[in-house]
Amino acid sequence: MSQLIWNGLFVGSFYALVALGYTMVYGIIKLLNFAHGDLYMLGAFTGFAMLGAMGGLVRSSSLVALLVVLVLTMVTTGLGGLVIERVAYRPLRGMPRLSLLITAVGASFALEYGTRIAAGPNPRVYPVRLDGAAVDVLGARVTMQQLVLMAVSAALMVALAVFIGRTQQGRAMRAIALDPKACLLMGINVDAIIARTFFIGSAMAGAAGVMAGGYYGKIDFLMGFIIGLKAFTAAVIGGIGNVPGTMLGALVLGLLESFGTHWVGGEWRDVFAFGFLILFLTVRPTGLLGERVTERV
Amino acid sequence: MTAVPDRAKRPGPTIVTRLMENRHLGWAALAVGLVAPFVIATPYAMNIMTSAVIFVMLAVGLNIVVGYCGLLDLGFAAFFAVGAYTSGLLATRLSWPLLATVPAVIIATALAGVIIGGPTLRLRSDYLAIVTLGFGEIVRIIANNLEVTGGPSGIYGIPGLFGAEAADPVVFYYAALVIVAVAVLLAARLGRSRLGRAWRFVREDEDAAEAMGVHTYRIKMAAYIAGAIWGGLAGVLFAAQLSAISPASFTFLQSALVLMAVVLGGMGSTPGVVIGAVVISLLPEILRDLADYRFFVFGVLLIVMMIVRPQGLWPHRSRETARTAARSGES
Repeated sequence: MSQLIWNGLFVGSFYALVALGYTMVYGIIKLLNFAHGDLYMLGAFTGFAMLGAMGGLVRSSSLVALLVVLVLTMVTTGLGGLVIERVAYRPLRGMPRLSLLITAVGASFALEYGTRIAAGPNPRVYPVRLDGAAVDVLGARVTMQQLVLMAVSAALMVALAVFIGRTQQGRAMRAIALDPKACLLMGINVDAIIARTFFIGSAMAGAAGVMAGGYYGKIDFLMGFIIGLKAFTAAVIGGIGNVPGTMLGALVLGLLESFGTHWVGGEWRDVFAFGFLILFLTVRPTGLLGERVTERV
Repeated sequence: MTAVPDRAKRPGPTIVTRLMENRHLGWAALAVGLVAPFVIATPYAMNIMTSAVIFVMLAVGLNIVVGYCGLLDLGFAAFFAVGAYTSGLLATRLSWPLLATVPAVIIATALAGVIIGGPTLRLRSDYLAIVTLGFGEIVRIIANNLEVTGGPSGIYGIPGLFGAEAADPVVFYYAALVIVAVAVLLAARLGRSRLGRAWRFVREDEDAAEAMGVHTYRIKMAAYIAGAIWGGLAGVLFAAQLSAISPASFTFLQSALVLMAVVLGGMGSTPGVVIGAVVISLLPEILRDLADYRFFVFGVLLIVMMIVRPQGLWPHRSRETARTAARSGES
C-alpha cells in the first residue's frame, strides 16, 4: 500500500515537471504545445550526448556529473523551445486556433524524426545509471536516487512557483494571461515574455528528460509522445493554466496510475489514464483547482 | 445598384483556376483511376493503388471533421481501427460475409464517435485534439491487449469483399475505386448541403453560429459521427484488402499522415483532399531512398504550409463568397 503511494508520488513528480511547461504555455497564450513532450525527449538525448562526451569523468562521480548535465540540458532544451516558438508559433499568433494546433503537430513530428535522423531509430542506453541503497520508509522501498530526483523536481517546482508569484517577470506572465493587448499598451514586451515562458517550460521538460534517462536507463525518439499525453492529462486534472493545480494533478495522476496498475494490470495503465482523462473532462472539465474560463469572443 | 459591375477592373479567373473549378474534374479523376490498371497491373502496383484509394476515403472522412467543421482530430486511425476490427471480428469469428458487416461497422463507429465526441465537443477545440489523440492510443492498446482481437498479432484470414472466389486484386481495386468514388461524392454533397453550410459556419465563427440559431453541439457531433463512419468504412476496405489486421497499422503515425493529406490538399476542399491523399500515399513509393527523412520533411512541411499557404494547395472556393463579392462590388 505505502509502496504504491510512494511509486505514484515518484512518477507524479516526473509528470509534474513536464506538465508545468504545458500549463504555463497554455495559461499564457492558450496554445497546446504538442511539441512539449518531444522537448522532454530532446532533453533525454541532449543529456545522453553530453554524458557521452564527458566520458570517464562521469564514472567517478555520477550524481554530480548528472546534475551538471541536468543544468546544461535545461539550457539547451530551453533554447530549443525558443526556436520552436520563434519559427513555428510566433508567425501564426492571432490566426485560427486550428492552424496553430496543426503547426504544433508539425513541430512535434519534426523534432521526433529529426532526432531519429540524428541519433538513429534504436533505443539508446544511458551511460549513467543511478543506483542506490534502498531504505525502508513506512513499509515502502525507497531508493536514494528516487529521493534525489524527487528533491530536484521539488526544488525546480518551488523555484518556478516563486518566479511566477514573486518576480516582476512572473507578474508580467500572469498579466499576459489575462489580457495580452492591454499588456502591450502598458509597455510590457509581450513577445519577449512569451519567449521566456517557452524557455522555462522547455527547460523543465528537458530536466525531466535527463532524470528519466538516468532513472530508467533507456531512451528512444518516441518517448515523448506518451509522456506528453500524460502531462496533458495531469494538467487537465489539476486545471490547465493553473500552476499549483497542475502539480496537484500530476501527483493525482501518478497515484491513480500506480493503483490502477495494481488493480487492472500494467498493460492497461495507459488506457486507465486516458479513460480517466475523458471521464474527468465530462464531470469536471475545469479541473480540480481550475476556475471556469469563459471563452472570449 | 443598376450599374453593371466593371469586368475590366477585376481580372477574371486564370486558366489554372478555371481548370481547377471545372465541374467534370471528378469524372476525369475517376477515369484516371479506372484506366490506371490498363497502364500498369503488376500485383505490387495494384496493391499500392488500392492502398491509395483507401487512403483517399480516410482523408475525405477526416476532411469532414477537420476541413468542414474545423475540429482537429488527431486520433482518426482509431475509427479506422474500430471499423477494421468490427468487420474483421464478425467475419472471422462469426463467419459473416464481409458486406454484411457494414451495418454493424456503421453502428460501431458511430457509437465510438458519440462516446468520444459526447464529453469533449462541448469543450474548447484544443481539448478535443488531445482527447482524440488519447482515444487513438486507447483503441490501439485495447486491440493489443484483448484476446478476442488476437493481441499484438491481430486478426488474419479475413475474407475478401465478395467472398473468397473474387479475390483478384484487379477486381478488388475496381470495387474499392467505385465505393470510394461514391463516398467522395457523398462527402462533397454533404459539404454543400444545409448541414455542410452549418459546419462551415461553426468553423468560421462558433459564437456567431450559435447566435444565429445553429445548434453547434449537435452540428459538431454530426460532423464527428460522419467522419467516424467514413473512417470505419475505409477500415472495412482495409481489412478486405490485407485480409489481416494488427494494432501496428493503427498508430498515431497513420492519423498524422491522414491529417497531412488533408492539410496539404486544402482543408474543406474535396479535390484538394483527394489529390493530397494520393500524393501522400504514393510519395513514399517514389522517394524510397529518402525514407528516413520522410516524416521529418512531413513535420516541417506542416509548419511551412500553415505559415505560407494555410488554405492548402487546392483551396476550397465557395460560390457564396464569389456572389457576395460581386454584390458588394455593385453597391
